[in-house]
Amino acid sequence: MTDNDNALKHRYLKWLCGISCGSGLAVLYWHLAPSAKWVTYSLLSLSPESKFSSAVEFFLFETPKVMLLLTGVVFIVGVIRSFFSPERTRKILAGHHEFIGNVLAAHLGIVTPFCSCSAVPLFIGFVTTGIPLGVTFSFLISAPMINEVALVLLFGLFGWKVAGLYLITGLLIAIIAGWVIGRLRLERYIEPWVYEIKVNEALEETAIVWNDRMRFGYDAVKDIVGKVWPYVVAGIAVGAGIHGYVPQDFMASIMGREAWWSVPLAVLLGVPMYSNAAGIIPIVQALLEKGAALGTVLAFMMAVIGLSLPEAVILRKVLKLPLIFIFFGVVAVGILLVGFLFNLIMPYMGLK
Amino acid sequence: MKIQILGTGCPKCKKLAENAEAAAKELGLSFELEKVTDINQIMKFGVMMTPALAVDGNVKVVGRVPSSDEIKAMLK
Repeated sequence: MTDNDNALKHRYLKWLCGISCGSGLAVLYWHLAPSAKWVTYSLLSLSPESKFSSAVEFFLFETPKVMLLLTGVVFIVGVIRSFFSPERTRKILAGHHEFIGNVLAAHLGIVTPFCSCSAVPLFIGFVTTGIPLGVTFSFLISAPMINEVALVLLFGLFGWKVAGLYLITGLLIAIIAGWVIGRLRLERYIEPWVYEIKVNEALEETAIVWNDRMRFGYDAVKDIVGKVWPYVVAGIAVGAGIHGYVPQDFMASIMGREAWWSVPLAVLLGVPMYSNAAGIIPIVQALLEKGAALGTVLAFMMAVIGLSLPEAVILRKVLKLPLIFIFFGVVAVGILLVGFLFNLIMPYMGLK
Repeated sequence: MKIQILGTGCPKCKKLAENAEAAAKELGLSFELEKVTDINQIMKFGVMMTPALAVDGNVKVVGRVPSSDEIKAMLK
């Protein structure tokens, strides 16, 4: 057998392994609810009436469920991201009507790999090659704010309606805030040296094969799931604890729908705070369970993960202060409106 | 051989530098490792995502940390 045959065989084996792993996990996923019941009431023989046993069942069911969802989604997003690089995104964004550019940039912000530590080179790479400032901002707003980990956790814990609302309103904020920043003609607030930088044309893209894309997915799982799992488990434990013990309407008077001022307060509190998406979900869950309004809580979450002081400090290298204030201001107003809107439409969507 | 790590000093840049150094040492290459932290210099490479790895001025990897085995293949 030649080396080539061996490599081919090796590759098939890997694929086969991946597919059987995937289907194994899917089967596991569908059996979680009965398994959690069985462990709680038969194996541990807890009494079915107690608050404690329902908390245990909740924890045993939710933890593997969310971890499986998270692993699957992070893997798929990792593979999808291998199709998008900042270079390709820039190419897609070039030469469109500005508003179309905002819409595209907000969507591409979800799928293009991004880390706030490379916000500066990305910003320079975009604006110096003719991508409008507003379109660049649509990208910079959506990339951190719409986060796949948050999306999965919201879906797993609160259902598709909440996850969908988060996705759609996140996109709307990125599109509209970027468009507003573009209309305001703020180019004079970009540090002048940015335009003097000689940016070399994009690197030629190296061809990647499916094997590499799978590895991207695998790396993403190792990197992201490896980092966030303690927060996820902690969050579910908090949720399980609250499940039976804390009175339902504990937060209703201060963060409920009636208290309109709770939305601006949540945004004001959220902006200076910074946490990764997985860290904020336990808080979201605790607040919701105690009777806080969904709009208020989502506004808080978006303010925490979408706007962060470290990112502002990083961007200060290329942006003058007024532009940073306008950027934060416009996005904060967007989040505020989303909070109010949610609280207004919640009852009509069958959400509490 | 000149190995350059492009990045403004994030934890991933450090990891990449370590992996690259390990790879070059294992191959027994005579090399010079340089950390490029100046944004002007980074942009000259046309890199928009850090960390990145350049060998003799050619960018090999952008935006992720390859294993030292992977880097070995790039150094050969």
